[in-house]
This record gives sequence, C-alpha cells and structure tokens, in this order.
Amino acid sequence: MIARSTRLSQAAVVIALLLVAGLAAAPWWGDVATERLFGEFMIYLALATLWNLLAGYAGLVSVGQQAYVGLGAYVVFSLALLADWNPLYAVPVAGLVCAAMAWPVSRLVFRLQGPYFAIGSWVVAEVFRLSFAQVQALGGGSGKSMPAGVIKLISANKFWREATIYWLALGLGIGAVIFAYMLLRTRVGLALTAIRDSETASVSLGVRIERVKLAVYVMVAGLTGLVGAVFALQKIRISPDAAFSVNDWTANVIFIVVIGGIGSIEGPIVGALIYFALRETLSDLGSVYLLILGALAILVMLAAPRGVWGALQSRFPVSLFPTGYRVLKSKSAE
Amino acid sequence: MEWVNAVVQGVLVGGLYALFAAGLSLIFGVMRLVNIAHGDLIVAAAYLAWVIVQATGLSPLASLILVIPLWAAVGYLLQLGVFNRVLGRDILPPLLVSFGLSVIIQNGLLTIFTVNSHKLNEGALETGSFEILPGVAIGYLPLMTFAAAVGVILALQWTFYHTALGRAFRATSDDPEIASLMGLDTRRVYAAAMALCFAVIALAGVFLGIRSNFDPFMGPGRLLFGFEAVIIGGLGNLWGTLVGGVVLGVAQGLGAEVDPGWQVLAGHLAFLAVLAAKPRGLFPRMAA
Amino acid sequence: MSEPLLSVEALEAFYGDARALDGVGFTLARGETLALIGANGAGKSTLLKSICGLLASKTGRIAFAGQEITRLTADAVVKLGIALVPEGRRLFPSLSVEENLTLGGQVGRKGPWSPAALFDLFPILKEKRHQPSTSLSGGQQQMVAIGRALMSNPDLLMLDELSLGLAPVVIKDIYDLLPQITGRGLTVILVEQDVTRALASANRFLCLQEGRVSLTGLPREHTRAAITHAYFGT
Repeated sequence: MIARSTRLSQAAVVIALLLVAGLAAAPWWGDVATERLFGEFMIYLALATLWNLLAGYAGLVSVGQQAYVGLGAYVVFSLALLADWNPLYAVPVAGLVCAAMAWPVSRLVFRLQGPYFAIGSWVVAEVFRLSFAQVQALGGGSGKSMPAGVIKLISANKFWREATIYWLALGLGIGAVIFAYMLLRTRVGLALTAIRDSETASVSLGVRIERVKLAVYVMVAGLTGLVGAVFALQKIRISPDAAFSVNDWTANVIFIVVIGGIGSIEGPIVGALIYFALRETLSDLGSVYLLILGALAILVMLAAPRGVWGALQSRFPVSLFPTGYRVLKSKSAE
Repeated sequence: MEWVNAVVQGVLVGGLYALFAAGLSLIFGVMRLVNIAHGDLIVAAAYLAWVIVQATGLSPLASLILVIPLWAAVGYLLQLGVFNRVLGRDILPPLLVSFGLSVIIQNGLLTIFTVNSHKLNEGALETGSFEILPGVAIGYLPLMTFAAAVGVILALQWTFYHTALGRAFRATSDDPEIASLMGLDTRRVYAAAMALCFAVIALAGVFLGIRSNFDPFMGPGRLLFGFEAVIIGGLGNLWGTLVGGVVLGVAQGLGAEVDPGWQVLAGHLAFLAVLAAKPRGLFPRMAA
Repeated sequence: MSEPLLSVEALEAFYGDARALDGVGFTLARGETLALIGANGAGKSTLLKSICGLLASKTGRIAFAGQEITRLTADAVVKLGIALVPEGRRLFPSLSVEENLTLGGQVGRKGPWSPAALFDLFPILKEKRHQPSTSLSGGQQQMVAIGRALMSNPDLLMLDELSLGLAPVVIKDIYDLLPQITGRGLTVILVEQDVTRALASANRFLCLQEGRVSLTGLPREHTRAAITHAYFGT
C-alpha cells in the first residue's frame, strides 16, 4: 500500500485552512497597514515560489523575472489609463499577455546555457524597462499615476478597495503555493523533480526536457505577470524603474528562496517569513540591511546550501507538502 | 558626418567593453564560473583608485601601479576563501554567491561613499583629441582604452598559450581531476586565474572612472555590456570579444544618434539580434 | 630492502554512501609488478584512485616509502613519487602532445625520464609533438598517457586498463615496451581486464571481488580454476 500524505501533512492542511481563513478575515480584524503588510508578504511568497519552480526544479536560473512583473503592471496600467478599463478586469489579461510574451522570449534566451541564461534573461528585462521608458503616453521614464476615477472602478468604497486588492494578493500567494504543489504531483512535476535531481539521467529516461522547461517557463511568466498586476493595483503609480526593478523583484526574491531553501515547496515559505522578520527588525539600517541580507545568502550557500528548511529536513525528515509516495507497512506482509 | 563619428566613437568604446568582457571570458573559460558581481567589482576598483589618488596624489593612470596588484590580491583571496568552496557541477551555488556578493558590494560602496557620483581626473588626457576627418575626432583616452584592450588580449593569449601558468589553466579547465595528478593544486590555479581576472578588472575600472562619473549602482550595467560583448563575439574567443565590444559600441552609438534615450536599448537589441541569428556568436571557438 | 614500498591496510572507500572497497589490505615490495584483476565494478580503479589521492572518502591506512599518505590530495601524492595512467587515457585536449608531457614533468622530480628519453621510447610521438593530443590514434594517446605519467619520475607507476579500446596489435606493441619501462627498477601496479596478459606481465597478482581481496599470490602457484573462482566469486 502506498500513500502520499503523512499524519503531519494532514495536520498541516487543517492548520493551513484555519490560517487562511484567519488571513482572509484580516480586513475586519486588522487595519490598512496590516493588510498591506500581509499583501506584500503574499506577493513575495508568490514570486519566491515561482522562482523556486524555475530555478530549483527546472534548472532555469532567471535573473530577469522582473520583466514579467513590470509587464503585468504595465498591462493593467495601460488598460486603465488609456482604455478606461476597470483595473480588476485587466489583471487576468496581464497574466495572459505575460504568458504569451514568454514564448518568443524563451526562443531567444533558451539559446543560452546556465549562468549565461541568467544574464540573458536580465537583458530582456532591461529591454522591457527601456522600451516602456520610451512610451510617453504611459509617463515615459518618470512614470505616471492612475487617474482617481479609474481606481474608483475597483470599488468606490476605500474599505472594499483595500480588501479586494488584499484578497487578490492573498489569493496569489496561496494560489502560487497550491499551483507549485499540484504541479509537482503531476507527471510534469515528476519530470521536474527528475530534472532537479539529475538532468542527464532524466534525458536518458525519455523526459522531454525542453518541452517541460518551456511549459514551466511560460506558466511561471503568466503567474508572475499576475503578481505585477496586483502590484500595480496596490501602488497606483507606476514607473519603469519601479516596475522592472531587479532589486525589488529579483534580488529580494532570490534571497528569500536561498535562505529558506531551494528545491522544496516549504523553502520559499520559510524564507519569506525570515525575510519579513528581518526587515521589520532591521529596516532602519537602510543599505546595511541589504548588505546583511547578501552576506546571509552567501553564508547559507557556503554552510547550508539547501537553506533553513533543508537543514531542518536533514535533522527531522518532515514534509508539509509531500509530493512523493511512501510505502506503508501492511499488516499481512510478514 | 555625425553618423561616421558615431561609428568611430562606437568602435573606440568597444575597447572599454572588451576590457569589461575579457575578465568574464577568462574566468568562464578556466572554471565555468559567471561572476554576477563582475561589474560591481569594476566599479569598486574605480573607487579604490579614487581613494588611492586622494591619499597619494598620484594620477589615476599612475595609481594603476598600486590598484592592479592590490585588486589581484583581493581576487586571489576571494577565490580561495569563497568561490573555491562552491565550485562544482551545480551552477546554482556559485551564481547565487556572486549575486550576494554583488548586493554586498553595491550597498557597501553606498554606505562608504554615499550615492553621489565620483570621478577620476586625468587632466589633459581626458579632453585631448585629434581630428581624422572634419567632425570626427579621436580622443586620446578612448584610443588609449582601445589600445589597452588590445594589449590585455595579447597578454592573455600569450599567457594562455606560452606560459606554464597558462598551461595549468588549460589543463585544469579540461580536467581538474587529472590536473591534480600532474601535481597542480587546482585551488591555487583557480585563485591565480581570478587574480589575473581582477587585474584586468582593475584596469577596466580605472579607465571607466576616468571616462565617466561612477556611482555604487553602475555595476550591473557594466556586467551586461561585458556579457553582451562576450556572447556577440563568441564564447572562448578573446579577439571575438573585442569584435563583440565594437559591435555593441557601434550599435549603441547609432542608437544614440537616433535618440539619446535609445543608446543602451539599441545595444541590447543588437545583442538579441545576434542571439537570434547566430546563437553561438560571430566567432565561436568552444562549446558553451 | 625489507620495508615494503607500498602498504595498504583495512582500506574502505566510498562513493557517497556506496561502499566500493571493503577492507582491502596488501603490501608491495620495491621493483615488483603487481597485476590487479577482477570483474567490472570489483573496485580496481577505486583502489588506484584511493592510493593516489583522487578519492578522499576512505578509511584505513595507506603508507608509501614509510610515510602515511591516506589523507593527502592527489597533487601531494604525485610529488612523493606515485603516478597514475588513468583509465581511458584522459589526455588534456587543449594541450599538445609535448605540452601534456611537460605538464607531467612539472612536479620536478629527478630521474631517468625526460621528453628526450620518452621520444626514444615512443618515436612516433616525436613526430606528432605539436599536434593536439586528442588528434592522435588510440594507441598513440596511450603512449602519451604513459609518457606523461613517467615524466614525474615516479617510484610507483599505476596503469589502469591500458588495453581499453585498443586494437590487439596495438596492445601487443605497448605491452612489448613495458619491460623497458619497468626494467629500470620501477614498481608497477597493473590493472588489466585481459587476465592472461596481466598475469604474464606481472610477478604477483591480486584479485578483487566486490571490494574485497579474494585471492593473491604468484601466478604459477594458482590454477586457472582457482583464479576464475576468485574473479567471479562463483
């Protein structure tokens, strides 16, 4: 008999459901600042989970995901500013546009191997940033704010507006984790785990590596675009430097995943918690805080390459999101 | 005639880009490492030169006597202490470590020197030039930079193919296990390669600092230019890297002629075009 | 000289968690040629790698010329006088024939071997000295690999599967040259799939089976059947 879940993971599901319910109720028990903090946490959780799928599983180390964050943000912004759309409806469009854009981009950057792919993806992000900086209708290099009338389309009432945006972020964060978890349980996921463990071996076993990588890259791009869209709703003002910032959307995300643990679903969650805890306590140090973060990432890579979660797992073999199967001892086996 | 001038200036700045790229190419050739902090190290070298110039009164070019060996020593220690511990079959650890290093350098420079830009002043050399055509002037500094790039490439080629050190580089790059059977301590071979790379970085940093203002966040841009020069030129070919730098410089120059805001973008687009048409670069010599 | 040149005691070697050598022990006197035989996966290459320091994950004791070398890395071991001709030759493709040889000599040990001496032994290499090493035929590459190892003027030479991938005529040529190499008092460990050839070239043999010594001694003292049994463990 084989089973997937363990007692611990089943317990984790129950706890998680309670937690999600509590978080969803935040607009009522918390204030706007709380909603914004949690919303930001969820956004980073989503980005980290997605980056982990790309780098930790598909072997695609991208330093250019900010391309899709910015593109998603600009899609929402453009539709709202130039076509008077309700920004909420623009969100799914942002995701689709990013997924569609990922296909031709992949045809270019997939020609580069390993670390060169990383920098190549960065160049693409820079092309997006510089291109949008040329579009005067969208504010050019200095950016623009969304007109108040359009913002009100989300909801005329500030409470519901903040709550809606918050729930979107919450949905993205949780959705990304669920997406990663479900993906890794499918055949594609099995292929990804095989690629993570050994690319050469999986090729010899018939895994269509290029197909799998493309599929994951496109899906992740689309979801990353959704993150950018929600970011646009939150900020209301957009500029190329902010939308396509490598520091905000890639450096922080990489640190989260590295410190939390690459190659596991729990890693990005742990990493995001640590990151935000550090930020709350150290934020007044300014750039020294970023310095500490960078040093921490290096230390983790040197001492515990599988991150905090990986280190925990080697001591206590737990898995909150089990993706493999275990063989159960059956009573009649002996 | 402005277009001719744009091309000429683009060719000359290609020398600077080749200087950025030479170190990247060297390190990837010897140990398959791409150092994301490469651009930040170039900028940091410019800051180091600035400090030395302030402290000793030497001119920036004269300060190279100190900057180059100092920076080479830093590179040697960095490889021994940090990169050697993460080199291996997995590309992720070295990439992420160099990414962390990049953030540390940028924020370290910011903390020490503030966000204001600095500059290295070489006096008359910076502004002097001679005309080769009406409206087309060749500056002494850009010409020197280009000559330095050619010199560096010649020196690296000679080192690689005519010295015992270069032989050690090639052997270790081919097969680190068997290289150790030849009595080579691969950790020190890698450290020596990184030291050499840092020497080139120091040279690039000083020329960058004389040519333009620099600030703590200029690093990534320089990394991208160096990287693009390498890819356009073709992996494993230092002369190709020089050509790549020139192509990039010319593309940027032509873009700037159309609209100053298009300068960097034009370079990126040229890079993507080469990537689309000739994925292995214009003059590839080794498998990626 | 009563002290053995090489002594291996209770050697266990690991690839990750997998144990490849399980308590191997033997000694080697100066001037002996030891044939190391065994089926694929028995641990022959692992044993050579352990001795020359390429495999760090091991327990037990290895001593060479009275000095313990168990914890030394390969670059330190070769300086003490052990050289390995690795399985599959593994020449440096970026180096010419001559560069491969001079690199082998950069350890700087004194002795009879030099590029000139090697070109006497393998005249064909003199012709091809500036060619990229991997452009040579299999047999010629094997000569370069042997020459490269000899350039370090070792006291112990280990040869891993000389005949791998070579035509019988070529193998014979190389083995005919062996006495000229070993004749200068060199101690040799010879790993060879071809058991007959291995036993004919050596004065002692050691048979490994699943990481353990299954039989050792002088070739003429054991029957074919006994050796086959030790080889396969049937």
